Amino acid sequence: MTFMTMRSARLTVAERQVKPTVRLFLGLLTWLIVLVFFFPVLWMVITGFKSETDASTSTPHAIFTPTFSQFSAEWNGSGNTSMRTYVEHSLLVSLVSTVIVLVLALPAAYALSIRPVPKWRDVLFFFISTKMLPIVGAIIPLYVIASPAHLDILDTQRLLVILYTAMNLPLAVWMLRSFLLEVPPEVVEASRADGAGVLRQMWSIILPIARPGVAATMLICFIFAWNEFFLAVNLTTTRAATVPIYLGSVIQPEGTFIAHLSAAATIACFPVLLAGWTAQDKLVRGLSMGAVK
Amino acid sequence: MSVTVTIDPLPAGVKRPEPITTNRGRAIKSWARRAPLGPALVFTIVATQIPFLLTLWYSLQNYQLNYPLRPRNFPTLANYRTVFKDHVFRVAVVNTIQLTAIPVILSVVFGVGIAILLNRHVFGRGFLRTLIISPFLVMSTAAALVWKYEILDTTFGVLNYALKQVGIKPENWAGVHPQITIISFLTWQWTPFMVLLALAGLQSQGDDLLEAARVDGANAWRIFRSMTLPHLRQYIELGVLLGSIYVVQAFDSIYIITKGGPSTDTTNLPYYIYEMAFTGSFDVGRASAMSVVVVVATIIIATLALRVVSSLFSDEGMAGR
Repeated sequence: MTFMTMRSARLTVAERQVKPTVRLFLGLLTWLIVLVFFFPVLWMVITGFKSETDASTSTPHAIFTPTFSQFSAEWNGSGNTSMRTYVEHSLLVSLVSTVIVLVLALPAAYALSIRPVPKWRDVLFFFISTKMLPIVGAIIPLYVIASPAHLDILDTQRLLVILYTAMNLPLAVWMLRSFLLEVPPEVVEASRADGAGVLRQMWSIILPIARPGVAATMLICFIFAWNEFFLAVNLTTTRAATVPIYLGSVIQPEGTFIAHLSAAATIACFPVLLAGWTAQDKLVRGLSMGAVK
Repeated sequence: MSVTVTIDPLPAGVKRPEPITTNRGRAIKSWARRAPLGPALVFTIVATQIPFLLTLWYSLQNYQLNYPLRPRNFPTLANYRTVFKDHVFRVAVVNTIQLTAIPVILSVVFGVGIAILLNRHVFGRGFLRTLIISPFLVMSTAAALVWKYEILDTTFGVLNYALKQVGIKPENWAGVHPQITIISFLTWQWTPFMVLLALAGLQSQGDDLLEAARVDGANAWRIFRSMTLPHLRQYIELGVLLGSIYVVQAFDSIYIITKGGPSTDTTNLPYYIYEMAFTGSFDVGRASAMSVVVVVATIIIATLALRVVSSLFSDEGMAGR
């Protein structure tokens, strides 16, 4: 992607025409707007380092002694009082579903790009059309099928893994397809002529070339699974409850919880911010399902 | 990245396999070509189509989770009659349209504006771009809780503190202006996405052409109107389409910040169906009928949208245009 690499520090003709004062103003304006958008995230992190007394004030305490006590409290409880249990659930569900998505989506993307099946366009649009159907249209049967009367997998990690795989699969197919299109066809053709099967081509030719794209796809699937709330809140209670569910439980009608909430929310957002910042040059491509390179 | 591939010539004496020409051979070949697609396709069909068929089936029954033994009266259209007479359903439809259209439009406008600012040579541009995508990345549940309890809260909210400095009285923002609250939240969440799209668009626009126009004496506004905006159009259309797909399903922020209220002020369709199916009456039949109506409406709108998008998703993508 070109916009990752800053164009040379040389100003364009247009920018040189703009007066230095105007340039300075526009620069400051940019900083101001970006900081306003970033503020809630910043505020969340800062408040996580406060004590409850410093956090629950109507006049924000600008100067305070940073403390890790909120973070360690999140981590050290036991069982369902500890955020760690939920983080483990979320990690497991997100990672496993991401791996399954990849295993299913890579061959599909291959069959839609490198050696396209007849009517590949229709297949692609079938995949994207499932993303357009509202998830509420499926939640009731999902609940009934998963309930004890039928499959009895309510509140299990298996259920979330299946559903998150279904949720991310169309996205991954589209995204991977756009990356596989960049693999030079001659290279694949040569290995095929050499007798390599699909798996062999995939493993030794395509994957090494498309690795950055595959990594970006995995990060985006991970982000979506990690952040998912609607399915988790309706289909899990304790045994498989994920981080977003834990966050909701932090709220207490009585007493102070703002620092507690901030620390938990910071922990919840940290892996995804890290993943997103790492993959930011590929982010737009993934989010646009491969339409924008 | 460069890859070297060495193709070993076949050892002497080994014949290349004959090209398959029989009918049966062709059939095997064409299925071999389709095979890699199989697992993903089957999984997607099972996981997404079967639930929708079941929704349709439930919608024709008198089915309440609380009373599993009651006669189901299959088939019945009673649920659909109730849905179309339901006043709250109509409110939810209007709310859904408002809570989708306004945030999408606002985030496109802000997104394009911020992208234009960020496309200049600003000090720390890479850093700023990293910051601006954060609202989109963070868990929406976490962000919604932070907004509700740490920013908008009457007593502890930092917004009220800031407004007090300029002489505006503290207010329970989420309670008094629930729609504006949800719209602001969704706009905040989706603007970064539009910034990324618009930046990709701006970066794919040739500098030389712009400079040529500038040398010819066109002013900044004129260039924006007649060159940049038409170039960005595709990217904006894509942003509106993808933004709408997701924003129309907004649930997390409503569930956390307003619980659909006060009264039904911020009850959109996803939230109303959730309420119908999982709280209070556990009326699966009626909630399913509502889902079917929503899905049918979505299919109609999506078909129109797909017509637009299929021109966007051309074989080459938008790169280099």
